Amino acid sequence: MSTEQQSPAAPDGAEAGPEETRRLRIFRYKRGDGGERFDEFEVPVGPHTTVLDALLWIKRHKDPSLALRYSCLHASCGTCGVLVDGREELACVCSVQDHGAEITVEPLANLPILTDVVVEMNGFFARFPHEHPIIRSSGSPADAHAGEVHLEGAHEVTLDLPGPLHHHPLHDDHRAAPPGADFMRLEDCIECGLCLSACPVAATSHDYVGPAALAAAERLLEEPRGVKREDVLAWASRPEAVWRCHVGFECTRACPADAVPAERIMALRRELTFGGPDDEESKR
Amino acid sequence: MSATNELPGTAERAQPGPIRHKGPGPSESGWLDPRGRGHGGRALALHRITGLVIVCYLYLHLGVLSMLLIGSSAWGSFLSLVTAKSFLALEVVLIAAVLFHGLNGIRVALVGSGIAVTRERAMFWAGTAIGTAAVIFAALHILGALS
Repeated sequence: MSTEQQSPAAPDGAEAGPEETRRLRIFRYKRGDGGERFDEFEVPVGPHTTVLDALLWIKRHKDPSLALRYSCLHASCGTCGVLVDGREELACVCSVQDHGAEITVEPLANLPILTDVVVEMNGFFARFPHEHPIIRSSGSPADAHAGEVHLEGAHEVTLDLPGPLHHHPLHDDHRAAPPGADFMRLEDCIECGLCLSACPVAATSHDYVGPAALAAAERLLEEPRGVKREDVLAWASRPEAVWRCHVGFECTRACPADAVPAERIMALRRELTFGGPDDEESKR
Repeated sequence: MSATNELPGTAERAQPGPIRHKGPGPSESGWLDPRGRGHGGRALALHRITGLVIVCYLYLHLGVLSMLLIGSSAWGSFLSLVTAKSFLALEVVLIAAVLFHGLNGIRVALVGSGIAVTRERAMFWAGTAIGTAAVIFAALHILGALS
């Protein structure tokens, strides 16, 4: 075997033996290039080969036009979400050994396809409540104020670096956030969109804001940091928000970060139905 | 760049891509796809299916009752049909649908109100066990094995 033809698992030092392969059926779509199709590739695999390893092997050795999105390679960035045999997975930590001889890789459901197995995430991020201080429009570094760095690209996350807070339209409305609190992430959630893809309600209702956005809203209730609770609850109680959930718990099952979005949706409902223990305190 | 100088495919690439859904057909069937679903997703699908079955039965039942307007002879011949073993087996299916829909509905109502959220899986399996036992008892009773 030449260096170019090495198995995706070869770098981890696996013993060379009889070559094991998997057939990957990969969804293909290019805008303006006709319809959708599946391409099949025979890929050599090792004991630790992930689906992302296999996709990268195809890109390097078989079809350079295969478009992928990935970054961290350890389930932290949430950019490589795909459907593997119909189930939402992060390709970077999904072992091919957990699947059969033929593995079907498709883009996430319920989001517009950008190309091949890559979906546009704008629609996912747009679902978040606008009061939410985590996800927002990205800008070029030249537009950024001191103390803030905006990353343009797949993740569109604003990072907080030490420095003074500056004017931002989001700061004007309801928020008097303490310094350093503006860019708190929803702990655990990596904004990968797997929950939205897995949600059976999102499959039939494009207006539904989805599990991640509702979990983010519930997180705001837990730690408002200047956001008015009643604003968050009003946002969550809209027809296309918390009451649209049908308690399938598929989002929690799909979540690779154990952010338990379904449980957070139910906590929001409990808050709306019965009121929280600190409800009176928030009204003062 | 003017329209005449655009590269081929520029307009097509500017269009949003298609949205794919799980499920065998149009997007409305996305909830039906069993691939990769857990107990909650399957329960949701079965809840909808049994709901449709119950609604269909309701209208069928109302239609059957209207046979009373025709007279006792029509009703008598109909009764001989519905007391056949094969027809009684359908009643067992109906009871199973009603039990699943009702028990899962209780789970959904409780969990959906924020009650016993962390026990929703246990509630699902408890409801399944109770429902299965009730269906078996009903089947034995209806099909005459207990008489």
